[in-house]
Amino acid sequence: MTDLTEPVVFPQDRTCPYHPPTAYDPLRGTRPLTEITLFDGRRAWLVTGHALARQLLADPRLSSNRNRPGFPMTTPRFAQVRDRRLALLGVDDPEHRVQRRMVLPEFTLKRADALRPRIEEIVDERLEAMIAQGPPADLVAAFALPVPSMVICALLGVPYADHDFFEEQSRRLLRGPTAADAEAARTRLEVYLGELIDRKRKDPGDGLLDDLVHQQLRDGVIDRELLIAMAIILLVAGHETTANMISLGTYTLLQHPERLAELRADPALLPGAVEELMRMLSIADGLLRVATEDIETGGTTIRAGDGVVFATSVINRDESVYADPDTLDFHRPARHHVAFGFGIHQCLGQNLARAELEIALRALLGRLPGLRLAVPAEEIPFKPGDTIQGMLELPVAW
Amino acid sequence: MRIDIDKDVCIGAGQCALTAPDVFTQDDEGYSTLLPGREDGGDSPLVREAARACPVAAITVSETVG
Repeated sequence: MTDLTEPVVFPQDRTCPYHPPTAYDPLRGTRPLTEITLFDGRRAWLVTGHALARQLLADPRLSSNRNRPGFPMTTPRFAQVRDRRLALLGVDDPEHRVQRRMVLPEFTLKRADALRPRIEEIVDERLEAMIAQGPPADLVAAFALPVPSMVICALLGVPYADHDFFEEQSRRLLRGPTAADAEAARTRLEVYLGELIDRKRKDPGDGLLDDLVHQQLRDGVIDRELLIAMAIILLVAGHETTANMISLGTYTLLQHPERLAELRADPALLPGAVEELMRMLSIADGLLRVATEDIETGGTTIRAGDGVVFATSVINRDESVYADPDTLDFHRPARHHVAFGFGIHQCLGQNLARAELEIALRALLGRLPGLRLAVPAEEIPFKPGDTIQGMLELPVAW
Repeated sequence: MRIDIDKDVCIGAGQCALTAPDVFTQDDEGYSTLLPGREDGGDSPLVREAARACPVAAITVSETVG
């Protein structure tokens, strides 16, 4: 029994790591916009309809500025760092456009394609290292996390030797035990990247950060603080998200043996499979905005100052767009999902992410024909609902 | 077919180049542009799909008359 007069609390933990939380079931296939309650008791709007999501994510009357009154906070740790500068993701146009332009040339489809040979080397190296040590192995620690971490380090010019440090701080920032812990992690990342940037001023390398340091910082176009904020978002978003897609994508395939067999038999299905996994897993589940003006939409008014949350996991299973949306189907047109967002903030690294996921899955399936879970599926822990979704560990054998 | 790209709106997501790679590409700055010789879309059925994939509606497709 579900009482729709009592708003659903958002976010909720998933029951199965690749399906939306069952607590969101009452929100599916009904109205595209519903009221929800956040952790702090505040109300906000939850967008669940695909057409409305595309419309509102592209609406300039919805702001990404976390410091605006009414901005929806989905976790205490997110609220704790709301005053820290959030480059790209946390700024509106025209400032956002200026920031995105600085880094855009490094994230085009062509650049992602040019990086493919390097990504293949990294993937093969990590896979051989994992095979040499096992079976069994934890796929998260041995493969899913190191691959994107090494790729983003190479792209940015961050020493991979420091990966234990920045992976740990990213983990605390995104899902630390307390809000104070998340804030301390953010400070440590600021100090670390600030020192790295200062070293690059004297001793330049050839990464994106070096490029930004020398073209922008020296010319006074952007200040050191903004450069640090840009470095944090690129480094954190660059490895956490893709790592989760590799781990959860592999888990999902292993739980769908027929689809896995289909993919092994016909690797040409891989790009479609990557897109379908993006849609189905929707790992960034809860994009946040605040209205700056009243917005009329289908008989409902979103008032200026109202928080708006986009439940990508539900939006990407809108039955009016995706037939049989809970079924994993590599042949469906999965494009037009909003797993990478929509509007001006659509994921900067999406082409790189697609390339990494495709190369990682191809290598994993090709090299390890006997890949399987090493323990019963229900014993494998996954992430709570208030952060980017993915597996906490993934014990596998082959 | 006439294709207009509003470069002041484009964010360089690359969705058009991914969807219709025979028609769209990204320039050195990362913004959408038409491949030389494909300014009319080359009858590609994917052009409208590419316009729909654009997250900021920077692409307008219209039928040319005559």
